[in-house]
Amino acid sequence: MLTKRIIPCLDVANGNVVKGVEFKNHTIVGSIIELSEKYDSEGADELVFYDIKASTKNALVSKSWVTEVAKNISIPFCVAGGISSVSSAREILNSGADKVSINSPAIEDPLLIKKLAKEFGSQCVVVGIDSFANNNRYSVHAKTGCEKTTHETNIQTIDWINVVQEMGAGEIVLNCMNQDGKRSGFDLNQIKLLQNNISIPFIASGGAGSPEDFVDLFTNTNASGGLAASIFHKNIISLPVLKKYLKLKKINIRNV
Amino acid sequence: MKIGILDCGGSNLNSIKFSLDRLGIDSITSNDACQLERTDKLIIPGVGASDVVMKKLSENSLDDLIKSSKKPILGICVGMQILFEYSQEGDTSCLGLLKGKVEKLKGAYEYPIPHMGWNYVNSKHKDICGYYYYANSYGVISSENEIASTEYVNTISAVVKKNNLYGCQFHPEKSSLAGLDFINFFINNS
Repeated sequence: MLTKRIIPCLDVANGNVVKGVEFKNHTIVGSIIELSEKYDSEGADELVFYDIKASTKNALVSKSWVTEVAKNISIPFCVAGGISSVSSAREILNSGADKVSINSPAIEDPLLIKKLAKEFGSQCVVVGIDSFANNNRYSVHAKTGCEKTTHETNIQTIDWINVVQEMGAGEIVLNCMNQDGKRSGFDLNQIKLLQNNISIPFIASGGAGSPEDFVDLFTNTNASGGLAASIFHKNIISLPVLKKYLKLKKINIRNV
Repeated sequence: MKIGILDCGGSNLNSIKFSLDRLGIDSITSNDACQLERTDKLIIPGVGASDVVMKKLSENSLDDLIKSSKKPILGICVGMQILFEYSQEGDTSCLGLLKGKVEKLKGAYEYPIPHMGWNYVNSKHKDICGYYYYANSYGVISSENEIASTEYVNTISAVVKKNNLYGCQFHPEKSSLAGLDFINFFINNS
């Protein structure tokens, strides 16, 4: 049986891992390599790096740290931020990333998903979906990396899920924006509603605040993994403690 | 001891080299058959589709090298799949060194495809057993050369071995310490 994945997400800016509150007041939480090595040794199943500056500046993530990460850890990692073409994806994958994640560029050009899947294989292509609930209507938001650019699109989340799967995405990261940064639990209602339309692996993101939140996620939904940032960076939960707890609760988790 | 990594265009070439570096094992990455001949063991990486990998191999006569070589060879993921007779992926004839075909994996609601993440590998070789990282939509079901397997709707061949040929469906280069141990298993037992 495939184990449930625990995935720390590292927001990266100017070569460091940062954490902000509602897109503002970013503080440096550590160096990319040090944190990557720490999470690898503590049992992270995968890492996601999100270059929060790249997309909004229309710049590709700097690839030098991608190679350094690949040299220093031996678990899969995904890079997101500013990847908007086959050539930019190639640069990141050849630097050593295992997957690329695209979000706003896919909304602008859904065929980009198809091109990437054809060129590199579906398993490399992750589509990040920022979904926001408004009166039980779930819609996709774009350019969420920055307060000034973030906006609601006229696409319903459920329709977008169908499109990205048809285009050949290998995985979806479903970021439930209403819960993001609140540490009050994953958005189980939204996930349960949307998951019936998902036939590829999906990772739930947004709201993780305690080990119990991961238990709720994995016992109530079909999510392949749970993604979280601040709880790991701020040492609210350590990976070994979390994994031990999930194991105790009979969740199928990789031993470290 | 020197390992030759066959350059067939995949994007995980460096990951394999970095894993070998970590184990202190010397390696070269090349698409030149003569240069690869001068190494002790070969690794066929695989990221991408079978038809693309087959094409890349034949462009540089690396298919002939694999077929004629008596050196220990390890195929990883698609690098393992192309050792079989045929792959449904791209409707491709493969090298035919192992009997059987590569087929599209069957999914189910709790078993999404791609088969992505860490799954348990079971084997009578106790030193192979453990969790390894998978990222595949195609696989071989119960090969007669299987020495380790993984459950995912069906029983997928996780490790195959025949004479000098080894193959693993998972990615040892991305499987943390278990993966490094598996690379060592290949190095020490082949």
